[in-house]
Amino acid sequence: MEQLKTIGRELAMGSQGGFYQSKEFLDLVKSIGEARSKAEEDRIVLGEIETLKRRVSEPDIPKRKMKEYILRLVYVEMLGHDASFGYIHAVKMTHDDSLLVKRTGYLAVTLFLNEDHDLIILIVNTIQKDLKSDNYLVVCAALNAVCKLINEETIPAVLPQVVDLLAHPKEAVRKKAIMALHRFYQKSPSSVSHLVSNFRKRLCDNDPGVMGATLCPLFELVSTDVNSYKDLVISFVSILKQVAERRLPKAYDYHQMPAPFIQIKLLKILALLGSGDKQASENMYTVVGDIFRKCDSSSNIGNAVLYECICCVSSIYPNPKLLESAADAISRFLKSDSHNLKYMGIDALGRLIKISPEIAEQHQLAVIDCLEDPDDTLKRKTFELLYKMTKSTNVEVIVDRMIDYMISINDNHYKTEIASRCVELAEQFAPSNQWFILIMNKVFEHAGDLVNIKVAHNLMRLIAEGFGEDDDSADSQLRSSAVDSYLHILGEPKIPSVFLQLICWVLGEYGTADGKYSASYITGKLSDVAEAYSNDETVKAYAVTALMKIYAFEIAAGRKVDMLPECQSLMEQFLASHSTDLQQRAYELQAVIGLDAHAVESIMPSDASCEDIEVDKALSFLNGYIQDSIEKGAQPYIPESERSGMLNISNFRNQDHHGASSHGLKFEAYELPKQTVQSRIPPATLASTEFVPVPEPMSVRESYPTTIVPSASSDAESTELKLRLDGVQKKWGRQTHSPATSTSSSTSKKTVNGIKQVDGSNTSNSSTWETYDSRKHVEINSEKQKLAASLFGGSSKTEKKPATGHKISKPSSHMVEKSHVRKSSMEIASEKKALVHQPPDLLDFGEPTVQSSDPPSVDPFKELEGLLEPTTQLGSTAAAATNSPDIMGLFTETPGGTHNKDDSDILSSLSKQPVTNMVGGATSTQVAQSSKGPNRKDSLEKDSLVRQMGVTPSSPNPNLFKDLLG
Amino acid sequence: MSVIHFVLLISRQGKVRLTKWYSTYSKKERTKVIRELSGVILTRGPKLCNFVEWRGLKVVYKRYASLYFCMCIDPDGNELEILEIIHHYVEVLDRYFGSVCELDLIYNFHKAYYILDEILISGEFQEPSKRSIVRSVAAQDSLVETAKEQTGSISNILAQAAK
Repeated sequence: MEQLKTIGRELAMGSQGGFYQSKEFLDLVKSIGEARSKAEEDRIVLGEIETLKRRVSEPDIPKRKMKEYILRLVYVEMLGHDASFGYIHAVKMTHDDSLLVKRTGYLAVTLFLNEDHDLIILIVNTIQKDLKSDNYLVVCAALNAVCKLINEETIPAVLPQVVDLLAHPKEAVRKKAIMALHRFYQKSPSSVSHLVSNFRKRLCDNDPGVMGATLCPLFELVSTDVNSYKDLVISFVSILKQVAERRLPKAYDYHQMPAPFIQIKLLKILALLGSGDKQASENMYTVVGDIFRKCDSSSNIGNAVLYECICCVSSIYPNPKLLESAADAISRFLKSDSHNLKYMGIDALGRLIKISPEIAEQHQLAVIDCLEDPDDTLKRKTFELLYKMTKSTNVEVIVDRMIDYMISINDNHYKTEIASRCVELAEQFAPSNQWFILIMNKVFEHAGDLVNIKVAHNLMRLIAEGFGEDDDSADSQLRSSAVDSYLHILGEPKIPSVFLQLICWVLGEYGTADGKYSASYITGKLSDVAEAYSNDETVKAYAVTALMKIYAFEIAAGRKVDMLPECQSLMEQFLASHSTDLQQRAYELQAVIGLDAHAVESIMPSDASCEDIEVDKALSFLNGYIQDSIEKGAQPYIPESERSGMLNISNFRNQDHHGASSHGLKFEAYELPKQTVQSRIPPATLASTEFVPVPEPMSVRESYPTTIVPSASSDAESTELKLRLDGVQKKWGRQTHSPATSTSSSTSKKTVNGIKQVDGSNTSNSSTWETYDSRKHVEINSEKQKLAASLFGGSSKTEKKPATGHKISKPSSHMVEKSHVRKSSMEIASEKKALVHQPPDLLDFGEPTVQSSDPPSVDPFKELEGLLEPTTQLGSTAAAATNSPDIMGLFTETPGGTHNKDDSDILSSLSKQPVTNMVGGATSTQVAQSSKGPNRKDSLEKDSLVRQMGVTPSSPNPNLFKDLLG
Repeated sequence: MSVIHFVLLISRQGKVRLTKWYSTYSKKERTKVIRELSGVILTRGPKLCNFVEWRGLKVVYKRYASLYFCMCIDPDGNELEILEIIHHYVEVLDRYFGSVCELDLIYNFHKAYYILDEILISGEFQEPSKRSIVRSVAAQDSLVETAKEQTGSISNILAQAAK
């Protein structure tokens, strides 16, 4: 048997039209396999590209040779290099008469070209011809290409043939035709909408493969329009029932499960159809219940079906019995040793708690375990679950954990996501504003550059508006604590820009409000900021405006303003800045300082960022000026709608653009050139449009009704100044630079502020936090339980033991609970750190190579091999010689069993013990266990075997090649 | 749009053995995807999940000897199912080549593509019957072989492999 396989491989290798006889190509693959670095690989590939460029353009290349060149191009492209010079040759190859050549051509074009590539137009004709071929293999090859290459414009060219093929006698063709039609539907639903009924018809195809294929398009159709397919519920249920009862041919069994992939697809469709529909769902209960019972939970595919059942149950109209089965399945997942199953369990739990929230409670400890697992994937999934089950009672613990995790990771994509989740939860459930600000500070500090600027604006608004309707003292307390915390944070070395903007704004607005800090202290801090972040113009702009506010408040309060020397030099620098925005602000600052107290107070009233400002949108105060100008002979303003020339131009552009986008197949004749359009634009109008003010400033004012300094309506001069500035900024797309935008977002009162829950106990939070910091060493288990209690609430609260011993003078029962929560979260955090610092398990030596890529020069395993007795070494190499071809063999070898040839075939062992069939987690456990066994030599042998099986650049093994090629 | 966005085969050393893109990625993006993913996947420990969340999508991977098979799916996909699709692909490869090894795939990458095309069409899992896949690929091969006048021996062996 072994020999037969070897022969088979050799034949398979040599079978491609003699292509593999080419030594050139073998050498290429080999040298790339042996390349020691990416640079070396690139060098080899670039050389190959040069060779190919020369070769493919030679005249009269034999087909056989050409085919090889094309495959070499595929290879080059696969390695990430550009082979576009050869695309046209691949296209030509699809025209060939021989299937052998044509197939290679189709393979190459589907790999090379995207659906929007210009060359596709050259293939359409060939595809049309091939779809009519009487050789079904040619039709299949063409259909493969149709799925990948046909785009919206070329659909009509092949659609009739594809529809005809739906009735082809060969099931392989019908199946691919279905998929092609599905692809058309995805690309342009309107072009095939009249053919959708074909999918329903093919659902009754007597070939299970074709029936299975129709489930893909039907799933998509159902998900876009559930109601039109409710009539199919009965059919789907009956198909699913038949599949589950093993009515399909045995060939569709997969690891003893009857057609599990079809079952999964059907369950997905049923989940959609039964969602919120009691009547439809009732039809499904029996069959889903049957599948729950029949699923073999010891195999991975069984669990895949089980998971899909849980998804289905959590989506359709709830049924208590099914929910129970689902809960059972989830607890089996969570109790499993396999990380994969735990992951699926957490995911399934997240789905089910929407319907029955109480189910989470029994799994709390398992969830905590997953949260503390070193596996990032599992951890993130668990955070997703926590995010779904956040309530006002557990928000503090959850958000604290999330932030801790956010700080610890580097993956910006996920950091952004988790930061925005923290913000969302905090905004939704914050128990107090102090807590909210504290959380926001952390988010900004650690992920400030990743969060949306709106979050900062929201926070500004919160601080400005406060939360109590009449409770001024609470508001000012909130502001003072914000100012305190920001002054503290300014000591940190590197602060994200968004956060600095926020800090500057708050300091400017409230820095001196409570009299705790002097104006010179705050202005000093602000100018420090402007200096330290001198390449961030937005921050500088915020800082200058903040300075202006502080000085204005000082003047208004009747105090004398002494500008600090550093502020003065800063101002001098800004007055000459390249940024007109900064210049403008600096000049404004200068002007304000020169005014008397009364004027300043009306320009910059203190704490007025929330006041509504009346804006004269019609700009009536300019009427006199306009009148004067018109009398002097200026052109009057023409509103946009009346500008005929402009309209025509944009029309023309649209047409032009449309023409450009719809290149490709044009089925109607080209239109005549539109000369009339151009000539209709009178030169005079064109010229005048240049002077007509662009309507943008107007719209800016409309969308930001409050972009003007509070006193705008009373001070015409400053308004005019500001307005013009807005226009300029809009034009250059720099809204954020203006102080106006910042005030605008903080003053706009339309958005509902979700954080208005008043919490009595908010004042002492930060102090309790500090006190518990020191108590960290408590038993793990009780800690986990406590964390669980704080997360899940409910019955587990009783598990809180007073034994952890902290005495609280009990101001209120609510306070006690809160401190529990705080404490446990702190302790768990410290515990987590301890876990991380634990030295790695020495026995986990199983696959060290997986974790670190070995240096190319020194091979530790080679050295280790030398330590073995000669006999063992012989044994290991012998084993390698027989076993190395077996890619799946690695996982099935038992320690010491390397000589057993039968064992090396995973498939045979698969049939013997289905357990090995489990998820990767399970198989790799096997490896780990076997290497953990008492016999150290065995594990070393295994390692050397693994190394020899790969084409390692560090140890090029000539035997590897000799073995296979003879 | 596709259920599976792309399929990647990477060796333990990070060498690309096969790439198939069902969703549209530019050449630059492809290189970036491969670089990023091999950085993430090759460094993962042995007992961890076979799934990685990546740029809002999920990548399911499984290691067979020195080769990593990776498939990228939408975040709401069924990971265990994808894991089995990978396994199914490997089983078919194994049937076709007879105890498949990495070298088979290195030198016969186009065959691996042909087989993949029978299993996944535009990113959707297609043929649950192993036998009909091998039969279909063998039919194409035997046509090729007829052209090469080697019919007898090869189809016997393929029939053997198909059993």
